[in-house]
Amino acid sequence: MNKRKLRDLIGTKLMLIATLFVSLLFFLIFVLLLFRSGLVLQDNSLFDILFSSTWNPDNSQFGLAPIIIGTILVTGIALLIAIPISLLSAIYIAEYAPWKIRRILRPFIDVLAGVPSVVYGLCAFLFLVPLTKDVIAPWFGVQSTGLCIFTAAVILAVMVFPIIISLCIESFNAVPLALKEASLSVGATKWETVKKVVFRASTPSVIAAILLGFGRAFGETIAINMVIGGIPRIPSSVFSPGETLASLIASKYGELMSIPVHESALMLVALILFVVVLVFNILGVFILRRAKRRWTY
Amino acid sequence: MDVLNRRTVEEKIFKLFMIVSICIVIGSLVIIFGLVIINGASSISIEMITQTPTPGNALGGGILNAIIGSLLLALPATGLACIIGIGIALYLQKEFSHPGFANFIRFTLDVLWGIPSIVYGIFCLMIMIALGMGSSLLVGIFALTLLEIPIITRYMDEAIKMVPIGLKESAFSLGSTKFETAIRIVRRQAFPGILAGILLGLGRGIGDAASILFTAGFSNRIPTSLFDSTAALPTMIFNLYSLPSGQPKAYAAAFILLVVVLLISIISRVLSKRFMKHVIR
Repeated sequence: MNKRKLRDLIGTKLMLIATLFVSLLFFLIFVLLLFRSGLVLQDNSLFDILFSSTWNPDNSQFGLAPIIIGTILVTGIALLIAIPISLLSAIYIAEYAPWKIRRILRPFIDVLAGVPSVVYGLCAFLFLVPLTKDVIAPWFGVQSTGLCIFTAAVILAVMVFPIIISLCIESFNAVPLALKEASLSVGATKWETVKKVVFRASTPSVIAAILLGFGRAFGETIAINMVIGGIPRIPSSVFSPGETLASLIASKYGELMSIPVHESALMLVALILFVVVLVFNILGVFILRRAKRRWTY
Repeated sequence: MDVLNRRTVEEKIFKLFMIVSICIVIGSLVIIFGLVIINGASSISIEMITQTPTPGNALGGGILNAIIGSLLLALPATGLACIIGIGIALYLQKEFSHPGFANFIRFTLDVLWGIPSIVYGIFCLMIMIALGMGSSLLVGIFALTLLEIPIITRYMDEAIKMVPIGLKESAFSLGSTKFETAIRIVRRQAFPGILAGILLGLGRGIGDAASILFTAGFSNRIPTSLFDSTAALPTMIFNLYSLPSGQPKAYAAAFILLVVVLLISIISRVLSKRFMKHVIR
C-alpha cells in the first residue's frame, strides 16, 4: 500500500513539474526577449523604432515601419483572399456537396493542413513567381520581378485554406439538424438557411477558425522568406518586394548576430511577434466569450 | 412571384460562388501536389536517397544526410514532447488541478501554439550561446520539442476531456489512486486521440524549417554525435531552392516530405481505428 501511495505522490509531482515547465517556458521566452531587446531600446525610443521608416543597421537606424507595413499588407491580403473562399468552400462541402464528394474531400483537406510550409514556398518560388512576373503583373501594367508582396500573400492564402476550411466544416456539421429543418420547413431556401441559421449558430467557431488562420499567416516565416524579395522598404505597390517581421529574422539573423545592438534589434522583432500573438489570443478569448453569450440557441 | 424569383436567383448565384471557390481551392492544391510529385519523381533516384553530398561539391551526390538528420531531429523531439505532453494533459484533469489553473495552462498552451516557430529558434539560440554551445543536433531537438509540446498537449487534452467521468469513478471506487487511474484508465480510453496528437506533432516537427534553421545548422555529413550540426529536409530545401542546379535536390526533398506527411495521415487513420477497439463507449 505504501509503495502505491509513494508512486502516486511521485507521479503527481512529476506531472506538476511538466505543467509548471510549460508556464515557466511562456514567461521565460517573454522575459528573455525583453531583456535581450533592452540594448537597442537604450539608444532609440520604442516610438522611433516602430514608426521611423529606414531600416539600416549599419547606420544604427532600426526603423521597423516598412517591415510592419509589409507584414500587415501580406497578412491582410492573404486573409482577404482566404476567408471568403474558405467559408464558401466549407459551406459547399458541409451542406451542398453530394456524400461521395464529401468523403473524398475531407481527408484530402486534412492532409493538406499537414504539408510543411517549405513545400508551399518551393512551389510558389517555381510556379507562382514566374506567373506573377510574366502574366499577372503585366495585366495590371506593372513591372515586377515576381518576388513581391502579392506572391507571398497568395501562397499564404493557399496555406491558410485547409486550416479554416476543416475547422469551419466541423462547426457547420455541429449545428443541430432541427434548427436547419425548422428554417427549411417555413419556406426558406437552402442558401437562406445557411445564411441566417447555420452561419449564425456557428459564428463563435468561425471566428476562432479565422483567428487561427490569422495566427498561421502572421507567423509564417520560411515560405514568405522564399518569395517576398526581402527588401525592407515601404512598398510602393503590392507588386513590389517587401519584408515581414518573421521573415526578417530568418534572413538577417546570420549576418547580424555578431554585433550586439543588431542582434538586440532582431530580438525586439521577435518580442513584437510574441506580444501580437499574445494580444490576439487574449482578444480571441474575449470575442469568443461574448459571441457565445450572444449566439446561443 | 417576383420575390420568389429574387430568392432563387440569389441561391443560384451563391451556389455558383461556392463552386468557383471550391475549384480555386482544389485547383491550387492540385497544382502544388502535381508540381512536387512530377518534379520530385523525375529527380528522385537510388543515388539521391542513399548518398551524402560529394565532398567539395554540395550539389553533387544525394540527400541521405538530410533524411537521416530529419529523422534524428524529429523522432527524439516527438518522443520528448510526448512524455512532457502526456504529463501536462493528465494533470489538467479536475482531480489534479483547480479548473482556473487548468484554464490558465490551456491559455498559455494556445499562445505557445501560436508563437511563430522562428521565435522558438531564436530562443533556443540564445540559450545555446549562453551555454557556450554551437549549433548542434541537441539544440535542434530541444527547439523542435518546445515547438511540438503545445500541439501534442492540446490534442491529448481534448481527448482526455472526453473520457466519461463514470469510468474514472469506477476506478476510484475499486481503490486505485489518482495517478493509477490517470495512467492506466484515462490514458488507455483516450489513446486514439492521444495518438492522433502525437502524429500531428511529428508531422509538424519534421516539416518545420524556421526553428532548426539556426539551431541545428547545416552540414554535408551525417551527424555522428549529439553535438554535430546536421542538415534536415526542410533546411535542405531552404538552402537549395534558389539555385537552378540545386532544384532537383530540393524537389526530391519536398517529395519525401510530402510522402511522409501522407504516410503519417494514413497511419493515424489506421491506428486510431485499431485502438478504437479498446475504447469503452
